Amino acid sequence: MDLKDKSILVLGATSSIARALAEELAKQGAHVHVAGRNLTEIERIANDLSVRYQQQSTAHSFQAADFKSHETLLNQVESKNGKHGLDGLVVAFGELGDQIEAQSEFEQAKSIIDSNFTGAVSILTHAANHFEKQGHGFIIGIASVAGDRGRQSNYIYGSAKGAFALFLQGLRNRLCKSGVQVITVKPGFVDTKMTYGRQGMFLVASPEAVAQDIVKALKANKQVVYTPWFWQWIMLIIKTIPEPIFMKMKM
Amino acid sequence: MQNQWSAVNSGPLTGWGRYPVVAAKTVRPENWSAVDNYVKNANSDALIARGMGRSYGDASINDNGYTILLERFDRFISFDNNSGDLHLESGVTLDEIINVFALRGWFPAVVPGTKYVTVGGAIAADIHGKNHHRDGSFCNFVKAFTVIVASGERVLCSRQENSDLFWATVGGMGLTGIITDVHMTLKPIESVYVEKTEIKAKNLDAVMSLFDEHEKNYQYSVAWIDCLARGNDLGRSILMLGNSIAKGDERIKHLSNPLSLKEKRQIQVPIDSPDWLLNSFTMGTFNSLFYAKQMSNHHEGIADFESYFFPLDAIGSWNRLYGKRGFIQHQTVFPEETSREALKTLLTMSSENGWGSFLAVLKRFGPQDGWLSFPRPGYTLTLDIAVKDGLFEFLKELESVILNYGGRIYLAKDAFLSAEGFRKMYPRFNDWQKVKAKYDPKNTFSSHLSQRLEIR
Repeated sequence: MDLKDKSILVLGATSSIARALAEELAKQGAHVHVAGRNLTEIERIANDLSVRYQQQSTAHSFQAADFKSHETLLNQVESKNGKHGLDGLVVAFGELGDQIEAQSEFEQAKSIIDSNFTGAVSILTHAANHFEKQGHGFIIGIASVAGDRGRQSNYIYGSAKGAFALFLQGLRNRLCKSGVQVITVKPGFVDTKMTYGRQGMFLVASPEAVAQDIVKALKANKQVVYTPWFWQWIMLIIKTIPEPIFMKMKM
Repeated sequence: MQNQWSAVNSGPLTGWGRYPVVAAKTVRPENWSAVDNYVKNANSDALIARGMGRSYGDASINDNGYTILLERFDRFISFDNNSGDLHLESGVTLDEIINVFALRGWFPAVVPGTKYVTVGGAIAADIHGKNHHRDGSFCNFVKAFTVIVASGERVLCSRQENSDLFWATVGGMGLTGIITDVHMTLKPIESVYVEKTEIKAKNLDAVMSLFDEHEKNYQYSVAWIDCLARGNDLGRSILMLGNSIAKGDERIKHLSNPLSLKEKRQIQVPIDSPDWLLNSFTMGTFNSLFYAKQMSNHHEGIADFESYFFPLDAIGSWNRLYGKRGFIQHQTVFPEETSREALKTLLTMSSENGWGSFLAVLKRFGPQDGWLSFPRPGYTLTLDIAVKDGLFEFLKELESVILNYGGRIYLAKDAFLSAEGFRKMYPRFNDWQKVKAKYDPKNTFSSHLSQRLEIR
């Protein structure tokens, strides 16, 4: 896929992976627009893209749990873009949240699920219909290896990411006949604020390397991409451990 | 939870010289409101900002409170292609500026020996480069910046507005607050190439008269000095002069784009080198070979900016070459009047005691504003010294000699200077202290360096 002059919206652009991905896409000549919760930071990121890649990157406010606003946002970006419309959407928002708190406070659990899953379903409902009607486009969803198997340390976040991956899979099945590409990205440990300073991290990848992997997968028309690549094998092993053993493990 | 704004990385932390080592709590916020929160909730002696950690000594470490990494604040805000005015965040590195703007015909007006420094760090240390005699320090090209001061307020300062904070922050080693964003000016370039002239000098007197003779005709000047040579050879050196090459020049005509820097492969130093590697014998050999390599007394050639300005950047983690005890870089400047005698004394002391140096660098500074800025008119000498037994005593002795000659030590490279010595070397510290008291009465911003020098 040639990304030159493609118009792309990145949701949750303040995250390290999303920002690196926005840069990588802009490097390929795409017009990248950014949205997120913290508009001050989002504007900074839009300015940065505009200066570095000599384009007009626009900044938008986006709240994952404010479902009603999602359709308006897509229309806004599309209309601001004039003839460029919208060719691609990156769903990179989401939050690790506080697992311990979520175990006793359903509100916390719900907030994690909304920001990682329900919010994504909401915006993608509109985007999918738009791309389907348009007959082309792509969706990149940042899921997680945490969604491949439930673990006691992060199963609320993990289940939301797992559900998101399933949703993307179904969406891919539906949209492939309309020429719309849907990519599920499953990053392993990446040097972001989720991993910074945490014990037990290994083989931590840079956001830039992950972004390069994603763009490569996009151009090669891939469906599911683990990044860095070896996480596919790590997760394969983890998924193969029989449940009677797995349930007793400390993970 | 320890704090809610970003995770804490606890562990040993050092400057580029890897000495001293402190147990630090390092945080890496990703949005400015997190930084605001650290400042608003800080105790005394609590915070120091850190960019790339390229200051050699203890300026960017703090074992009390948090060290705040600003590396994720690396965004450009705006650029004016007509004037070269660049507005950017303090965590942007010179490397990034060069990557984005060299091809458009713009370059940082002042660069140090590495491009891996942030703009915030460059202001805090008020860095200088090979063109100081003509252009002055980094801050000569900084128009304004915003500082988060201890109250949590953001203060925009320049030479006109809140000028006291401007001058206290320039060279202020991060002790006035956290610089968020900067208005600076890039200089226009026609190519990324330099024509260089290298002239051999048989001793110190010879190189000083070469500086006198040639400096005015060159944008860049610096001398490599063999600080192990003794007697009649004392100060034996190679003066390296340079000027930028213009667009249509014959020597770069064959290039498809004279503004394009080829990407260079970086060699990594994977492990700490053993202590015996850098003894006075191996360094003496290295230095003699380097001097001999220069076959003729006068040599001309061209080099690209990358290899001309940042030769050591080609070797990643070159700081590991000095072994696991680390090293110090020791840079002093002397007034014009005492330079000759002072340099002779320093070189004699260093050669007699075998405190060898891979790189000893001599340069002449021009005039400089700034209260705690290091440069002043006169000669500056830089030595790399591996940390070993007896170093502390040697540096004590050196400090008193430097004070006798009215010299000054560069804080961005220092790890040993005494509190009294510092006050004598920086006469405008009194002015600085008033501004510190005004904006940071509880001494929120503090580093290992400021605690050692009793700066508050």
